[in-house]
Amino acid sequence: MSQVAAMSHAVEPAESPLTPESWGKLGMWLFLAGDAMSFGCLIVGYGILRHASTKWPVPAQVLGINLTAFMTFLLIVSSVWMVLALAAIQENNKARFNKFLGLTILGGATFLGCQAYEWTHLLSERLPELGIYFSNNLFATTFFVLTGFHGMHVTGGVIYNTCVLAAVNRGRYQAKHVEIAGLYWHFVDLVWILIFTFVYLL
Amino acid sequence: MTTEAHSTSAYIKIFWILLVLTIIEVAIVYLGLPRMLLVALLVIFAVWKAALVAMHFMHLKFEKKTLSIVAIIPFILCVFLILMLLPDIYSR
Repeated sequence: MSQVAAMSHAVEPAESPLTPESWGKLGMWLFLAGDAMSFGCLIVGYGILRHASTKWPVPAQVLGINLTAFMTFLLIVSSVWMVLALAAIQENNKARFNKFLGLTILGGATFLGCQAYEWTHLLSERLPELGIYFSNNLFATTFFVLTGFHGMHVTGGVIYNTCVLAAVNRGRYQAKHVEIAGLYWHFVDLVWILIFTFVYLL
Repeated sequence: MTTEAHSTSAYIKIFWILLVLTIIEVAIVYLGLPRMLLVALLVIFAVWKAALVAMHFMHLKFEKKTLSIVAIIPFILCVFLILMLLPDIYSR
């Protein structure tokens, strides 16, 4: 890493200690920092509302955590597939890269399928049984806002990764672009780890 | 390339740690621990897992300091947000 950086930056005498190795990576990190603040505000808001509410159902009993534990597993595995895809493209192994990025996309799509199933089940059966509705209950509101916002990020990630897969195979993208896409995908995984704990387990 | 940090076996190792931590998290929910202990444990595990993902999968551990500074700012602001909201919670 440092050797590559030293080579590519040898011509920039005005470099400060904080000059990033890659502007693309810095850009993605800046976006993720902003995104983290959005998620941070939603999670903190959720915490405040929950703390202030006198009646709050036990999430594990209403939502069920077995399917969600599997979804967490899916995102972690797809994150690993993403780093393996990155390792493969860095070694110029196209076939291995295609396999692992394909699996990453498949993992993300399966996650979305599980979430669609979960939402359908909750909205049509589980919540009406308990007399809880999206519009009149903070538990339901915060749940759908948080998981929905995250689900949109997964959707975006699946589309992003699909574009990266296509662009690499057409020779437009190299390993550095895959690494930047990976940052986004791991961030989505990281946020789900927090949501899984705070919304489902606590 | 720093071969050690980016090697496949290192990634797989992190995967197993994440998997075990997730299983422990789900297990302790079923244990019926006291509420405060449960909350403390789950928050520690969640932050630990998030840090593992950021450090190893997002390579933060092996990057220049610039990216770490960018990454840490939202967390500082979120702590600040919680502090600002504390009066609302405790003046109730």
